[in-house]
Amino acid sequence: MTIVPIERPDLVASPHSRLTSRLAGWAGFVLAAGLTAFFASKVSVVAAGETLRWTVDWVPTLGYQLSFYVDGLSLLFALLISGIGAFIFLYTPVYLSAYRHASRLVVVLILFMLSMLGLVLADDMIALFVFWELTTITSYILIGFDHDDVKARRCALQALLVTGAGGLVMLAGFVLLGSAAGTFQLSELKAQGFHLAEHAAYLPILILILIGAFTKSAQLPFHFWLPNAMAAPTPISAYLHSATMVKGGVYLLARMHPVLGGTPEWAWILTITGAATAVVASVLALRQTDLKLALAYTTVMALGTLTMFLGAEAGVAIAAAVTFLLVHALYKCALFLVVGIIDHGTGTRDAPRLGGLARAMPITTAAAAAAALSMAGFPPFLGFIGKELKYEGALAIASEPGLAITAAVAANAMMVAVAAIVGLRPFFARPVATPKTPHEAPFRMWIGPITLAALGLFFGLVPPLVANGLVQPAVTAVLGAPQVVKLALWHGINLPLLLSVVTLILGILVYVRHLQIRDGLAAFEARLPTDSDRLYDRSLDILKTFAAWQTRLIQSGVLRRYLFVVFAVVVLAVGGTLLMKDGLRLPQAWPDVPLPVWGMTALVLAGAVLTVLAKSRLFAICALGSVGFGVALIFLMYGAPDVAMTQLLVEILFVIIIAVVLLRLPRFGKVTTSGGASRWPDGVLAVGTGLVTAALILAATQGPIDREITAYFEANSATQAYGRNIVNVILVDFRALDTLGEILVVAVAAFAVVGLVKLRPRRRRAS
Amino acid sequence: MRSIILSTAVHLLFGLMILFSLFLLLRGHNLPGGGFVGGLVAAIAFTLFAIADSAATVRRILRIDPRYLVVAGLATALLSGLLKIAVGMPYLTGAWVHPGGIPLGTPLLFDVGVYLTVVGSVLTLILTMEEER
Repeated sequence: MTIVPIERPDLVASPHSRLTSRLAGWAGFVLAAGLTAFFASKVSVVAAGETLRWTVDWVPTLGYQLSFYVDGLSLLFALLISGIGAFIFLYTPVYLSAYRHASRLVVVLILFMLSMLGLVLADDMIALFVFWELTTITSYILIGFDHDDVKARRCALQALLVTGAGGLVMLAGFVLLGSAAGTFQLSELKAQGFHLAEHAAYLPILILILIGAFTKSAQLPFHFWLPNAMAAPTPISAYLHSATMVKGGVYLLARMHPVLGGTPEWAWILTITGAATAVVASVLALRQTDLKLALAYTTVMALGTLTMFLGAEAGVAIAAAVTFLLVHALYKCALFLVVGIIDHGTGTRDAPRLGGLARAMPITTAAAAAAALSMAGFPPFLGFIGKELKYEGALAIASEPGLAITAAVAANAMMVAVAAIVGLRPFFARPVATPKTPHEAPFRMWIGPITLAALGLFFGLVPPLVANGLVQPAVTAVLGAPQVVKLALWHGINLPLLLSVVTLILGILVYVRHLQIRDGLAAFEARLPTDSDRLYDRSLDILKTFAAWQTRLIQSGVLRRYLFVVFAVVVLAVGGTLLMKDGLRLPQAWPDVPLPVWGMTALVLAGAVLTVLAKSRLFAICALGSVGFGVALIFLMYGAPDVAMTQLLVEILFVIIIAVVLLRLPRFGKVTTSGGASRWPDGVLAVGTGLVTAALILAATQGPIDREITAYFEANSATQAYGRNIVNVILVDFRALDTLGEILVVAVAAFAVVGLVKLRPRRRRAS
Repeated sequence: MRSIILSTAVHLLFGLMILFSLFLLLRGHNLPGGGFVGGLVAAIAFTLFAIADSAATVRRILRIDPRYLVVAGLATALLSGLLKIAVGMPYLTGAWVHPGGIPLGTPLLFDVGVYLTVVGSVLTLILTMEEER
């Protein structure tokens, strides 16, 4: 995100736009703060083991309800979403005050917050999916805020495609799960103690749902969209890409834990994916010089760690995941906002160009330092407790404690280094000249990071507060059975403490050598043949090529081919049905009809033959018109004057319309008519269509005709609707709704023609 | 290319055709006819006029853009069904009065809506194509 380019004055804020964005920001703040207060007031109720729910009928005929459900897990998420949201709404209008369209961003941000709340509170899986995709769509708009920038557009689309596609896969999993379990309610799934492990569809369901969760939470190999999403304005990244949206996948994993978890497949897939993501991302984080990108990769790392812990069954591992979730949201959001302040205040966020900001930005420095220390896991911050718990949890991961411990230590050591690079170095390193003279941010920008960082310290000092109020209910919600979680700063000298010391030493070593490591990684990266991002591009290219190919194949643009397909389908479907259902009936006797009808039939036949043989378009139209008139006359003879009249008038109108457009049509012959190689197939199809239609009519008229409906209309038309013309009474009274639909179609067709004629490309209109 | 024969014939017939279309519309409830057929006749009358004279003349006679006729027609048809909702009957239930023994009801209003929609749609289509020449 750069400052508005000078050559785009239309993007520069006006006093009016500043006011609207400020108002939108305050509206968002009031909403978010109110929601926070509301959810906070429920903490004690939920901690006591109760769950709250609200239900609205959504699609009653399908049995879908829009029900919201608050247990320990959703309450923790809801508090994070609304609480952090409040600070984001204070921060964003100031951060983007130079931009004219900041208010739009804030409004979308409000929508995002509500969708995200819906996601974590929804009880119904279908509702969860809808909110899930709403967060995807709003995040697309938010990432692409700077839509004049090609890169921002690309990254927004990438995030949309990756997480949107994952969401669709997840929906397939939900449908399978719902039909396997017989309910779409998450609470019921959990309450039944229903375990799917024995079910035949378990593995497909697991894989489909995990793909959804992994794309949203940026697990390998889908991790690439998250760093790219840093094209968003920094407060957006702070909100979506650290604390809320990317945790959606983690939330889903936690929700599915009681239903799908506890199997070797679950444990292995989650542990290995999570561990691999954590390690790869922590190395990549070190590689970045852009502070925001470094933070993005540590977010991927954190998500990997959370996934790894959710693979386990042990209460302590789940407690580690939940605690780390909270710790991470607090410090990561604070650090993102700090990076935004640095960017805002100095004009750069490139690590080598920053240093010595502590004097100019004392409050930001305090926030950054506190957040960084929590991130690095120093006592007495909550991060320390989180880290100790992580080691305890990793030791408890039954499937592969060695792997989990190694991954956790490696990732945490890298985190110590990154925390120092992002949170300490820009402030305490030797002063460097920055593009702008550094200055402290206004109140509304620093209040968020300082509060979040201070919470990290406060919760660390009073661990029972979080343990009883938030972590324990959430762990209970995940595991189903009541759990007791004790958090404390001092556990005595044990293995986790030892590992903490190792981590700190490793982390400090990495920090000291981080410049050399970064160069080494850059050289290594340059030699890699490909990466996920390039693979994404290539698969997108393949998709586009395929789409173009099939469009050329299906949408030839030649009307005759479309008609061929339509008629061929009719012949095959109707003819095939007639054959299979034994519906072919031949008339038993030569029909007994008066002579004039034979005359009309001859007229129709002659018209049809002449149409086919016609050498000019006008002749063909007139011949075709005579077919229509003949049919209309037959209607008239058989006592259907209304149908005949309509048919006749439509024929007239048809001829007139053709006369109007005649001169504008392409030359007769060539592509527009059958000829050459296509003559025979077209002819066969035409004859086939005629035969099938005839067979259908014969089959329909052979059976006894049910006169019940006709009798009803005959009896009631005059008495109830005061009309003796049954046809018209049906049209305007008995079945008026159908007619309403039909005239709507007529109107739409007319406007469609206007659109086609008026909106043609200019080049053709000029010629 | 103007044809004097066509032009003269259309000028003479135009009024009759419009009158006939209204006749068809009104008698539709008891005898062959109705809004759709009536609308088609009126549309053909205007279309012939457009061919014989010009699209601009038709627009002048109409006074309003045929697109508004479409909107007015749809609105009339839609609204005609609302009356009985007030007394809890289903949408599009006919409401009738009998001034002097002649039954008058919302179905007629509905048919007028059909008539206007058909005239408006066909004219929108034809005039647009005529003017693009």
